[in-house]
Amino acid sequence: MKLTVTGNVKEYQDGLTLKELIEIEKVETPEYVTASVNDDLLGARDFEGTVLNDGDTVEFLYFMGGGC
Amino acid sequence: MIKLPKSFYDEIVEAAKSGRPEEICGLIGGTVSGDEKTAEEIYFLENIDHSNEHFSMNPKEQLEAVKDMRSKGLVPLGNFHSHPESPSRPSEEDKRLAYDKTASYLILSLMDIYEPVLKSFRIVDGVSTEEELVIEEDK
Repeated sequence: MKLTVTGNVKEYQDGLTLKELIEIEKVETPEYVTASVNDDLLGARDFEGTVLNDGDTVEFLYFMGGGC
Repeated sequence: MIKLPKSFYDEIVEAAKSGRPEEICGLIGGTVSGDEKTAEEIYFLENIDHSNEHFSMNPKEQLEAVKDMRSKGLVPLGNFHSHPESPSRPSEEDKRLAYDKTASYLILSLMDIYEPVLKSFRIVDGVSTEEELVIEEDK
């Protein structure tokens, strides 16, 4: 199946979960990443149970915050 | 090194001043050539903490900004936030929460409201290093 991941279209195996995609893409510190699948925001607890489908668009967003 | 057009610098300073006492924050999109980053767009995002001591970017707005960058052929370069009452250096919390090793972290200090100070840092594994910031006249 084809997925658009961080703007790049690539082929992946069918039935891939978001957790597996994060491992394949070597996303660093995934515990601090929010993913979006077709604009739905998903936290780390959702990664394992989210199965991706052909044509999905995925983005990885690092939490951005701080203090002073 | 990161290059920032003067107009973006002016926008950040004005937003930080008008946003006081809260910290303001946003993202920077642009291009990368070797070690040189060039800012092409800035995005002001809601600080959902609405605090003068903390900031967290609105994740929905973050996603919209990243999508806009992609549609324009840009890449995320980093982010900026203001320190309304403290110096332009990463706080311990800034360093602890800097998860993106490739990002430029720009901090604008308004300790002296008449002399804002903007600096850029890279933060890797909790260690910050100042990065050269060039504010250039708009093309």
